[in-house]
Amino acid sequence: MKNNALYIWLRQKPRIAFFMCLPLILMVLCLIIYPFIYSIFLSMLNKAETKFVGIGNYLFLFKRETFWLVVQQSIFFALVAVFFKALIGFIAAHSINAIPSKGQRKWRGMLLIPWVIPPALSTLGWWWLFEPTYSALNWFLKEISLPAIPWLSETFWARFSIILVNIWVGAPFFLIMYLAALKSIPEDLYEAASIDGANYRQKLYYITLPMMKNIISITILFSIIVTFANFDIVRVLTRGGPIDTTHLFATYAFRVGIESGDIPLGASVSLFMFPILAILAFIILRSVRKRALEV
Amino acid sequence: MTKTSINRRKFVKGISAAGGYTIAAPYVKTAYSAGKLSLGIWSHWIPGADNVLENILVSWGEKNGVEVKVDFITSIGNKLLLTAQAESRAKTGHDVFSMGVWMTSMFKNKLEPLDDVVEDIIAKHGPLLDSAKYYAHLDGHWRSAPAPTGSFFDSMVSRIDLFKEHAGIDLQTLFPANNKRDANRINDWNWESFLIAAEKLYNAGKPFGGTIAATPDSRWLAALFTSYGAELVNKDGEITVDSDEVRQVLEFMSKLTQFMPDSVYAWDDSSNNRWLISGEGSAIFNPASAWAVAKRDNPEIAKKLWHHDVPRGPKGRYRPDNSQFWGLWDFAENKSAAKDLLRYIAERHVVDACVKASKGYDIPLIISHFNNNKTWVEASPPDGVLYNYPMIGDEKPVAVAHPAPPEIASQISTNYVIANLTARVTAKGQSFKKAISWAENELEGIMR
Repeated sequence: MKNNALYIWLRQKPRIAFFMCLPLILMVLCLIIYPFIYSIFLSMLNKAETKFVGIGNYLFLFKRETFWLVVQQSIFFALVAVFFKALIGFIAAHSINAIPSKGQRKWRGMLLIPWVIPPALSTLGWWWLFEPTYSALNWFLKEISLPAIPWLSETFWARFSIILVNIWVGAPFFLIMYLAALKSIPEDLYEAASIDGANYRQKLYYITLPMMKNIISITILFSIIVTFANFDIVRVLTRGGPIDTTHLFATYAFRVGIESGDIPLGASVSLFMFPILAILAFIILRSVRKRALEV
Repeated sequence: MTKTSINRRKFVKGISAAGGYTIAAPYVKTAYSAGKLSLGIWSHWIPGADNVLENILVSWGEKNGVEVKVDFITSIGNKLLLTAQAESRAKTGHDVFSMGVWMTSMFKNKLEPLDDVVEDIIAKHGPLLDSAKYYAHLDGHWRSAPAPTGSFFDSMVSRIDLFKEHAGIDLQTLFPANNKRDANRINDWNWESFLIAAEKLYNAGKPFGGTIAATPDSRWLAALFTSYGAELVNKDGEITVDSDEVRQVLEFMSKLTQFMPDSVYAWDDSSNNRWLISGEGSAIFNPASAWAVAKRDNPEIAKKLWHHDVPRGPKGRYRPDNSQFWGLWDFAENKSAAKDLLRYIAERHVVDACVKASKGYDIPLIISHFNNNKTWVEASPPDGVLYNYPMIGDEKPVAVAHPAPPEIASQISTNYVIANLTARVTAKGQSFKKAISWAENELEGIMR
């Protein structure tokens, strides 16, 4: 009788749903929640990890000149890279959408290549192009009688290089998302607009962009988070140099935490971006929800 | 069938015998009766060197009844450091682990003190290099023991032909491959005379190259700072970067960098090797690996290379040092076998075999092991190329940021404060005052 009651209890839909979700919940708990809480705990210890210092490490970072340089660079890197990724992705998506559907597949495949290659590997390829002394690009510039460019040894060009590679890797993601969004816009809207005499620009402003607003917001949010947390491109290309002028949160956290052995401070650096991204995510997701409710 | 009765006397006798066997059992030597020992060891750059070391370790294990397992771990991509971080936090992994330069100070609280081992080594073989003691003797205890592989000096590696032709310096006469050195002439080999040579080589299109970037090979700058008496932090842990000596070095570097390639601000640890091996450069600071690779990849260049002393500064002649140790984790399961092994690898014949296998790249940390080692004497081409690679003149090995307390020096080193301070002046064009003020801020952070 007792077993029977348990069986009935387990057979109820909410219970079944819970047990089906349990592997995922456990994964999230073990691989996301636990490391996150543990890193918060670590960031509140002293250098030797023997004493609780509360928010001491965060307050300490506020006084560090190099840390503020890293904050500025991370924001600059993320904003510029995401802007160009979104712009290039948007233009590329429109261009592909405009060609006959038969030829679209090969273009989609080719343009996705930078996104599917492991970034550490493709960045190594870029490093060969930018190599400080034997740059392949500089060899080409020399062949056409142009001066060599210090791709990785001067701050401006080093920043340009890491942003360029990030755009190269990330733009295909925008392309594929925007292409999917473009395909979901009903053709009737464009036809009706054409009948009303709307030109290309008007169609873009009054049909395409409003219909893509949500996907643009979500891709930008996602990309800002990923770009902010970027590690491999900077690590492979510049290691944060020259003079720490290309460090991002993740590479600086690695330098401080792993290479210098100050794990609590490294954890504080990496967690510093969490509130910034959380606020950004809140604002963007709220506007997306608002628009969804309006629809 | 006879019935055997066990009386009290027989029972006690039997128990005593059984007890005796039980007590004696660990001393009966069987194949692996002394247990297992696992080692996480730095993987050598020189092909074949790992095999020689592994054979030495496994043979020792076989003779002593210890099952030795060696994992060679590359330091490329910081894998060695990451593995050490993971093992020290998880408190599981290898028993013995390679401790590169600053890793001993980084993990000192998680390493078994090795006073008994290192004191035995010193009693048997004599003292260690001062720089080695600086890295591994912390808070009054030896935290790690000398490793048989991986330690090196950054000597100068220069092109004999280019120095003779463009700078008028005959390196083979100045630093001969024998003990007949002219002390007066070598005394004139200082940073100022090097600057003159560097200008001539630059004008000839074959500049000197030394990295000024956030990479370990920038330690040549630290030796330069020490030779001018420029300390960032003194031995008492006080910030002393705002000094005339530091300004003097920065002044010198402002001049020297005019005759160096601009790309040095983005060089990594292999850039200077490529620079020399390609034939573009005339001199670098490096261990014997650049010559060894040149011998394989560009033999014509290898024939023209010469390892020799670094220039002297107002406060002495200092050569960049990179010492390697082996540490014993406090969670290690077979500490007694590990300690015996650490004593064994300090033996003269083991160190000699490792130096030979590394083609002269490795240097011993025990001073007496430098004597009569044929590897450096016999290396060629050219004959005598490595004769001056182990220091034989008035040079002293020096760690980055010495004489700051090692825990602080390690942070200065791993945050590349010296390279960044130099680059702020020479590449960014910052005033000495501004650059030094930045360094003070960094050092305050390091010493929190």
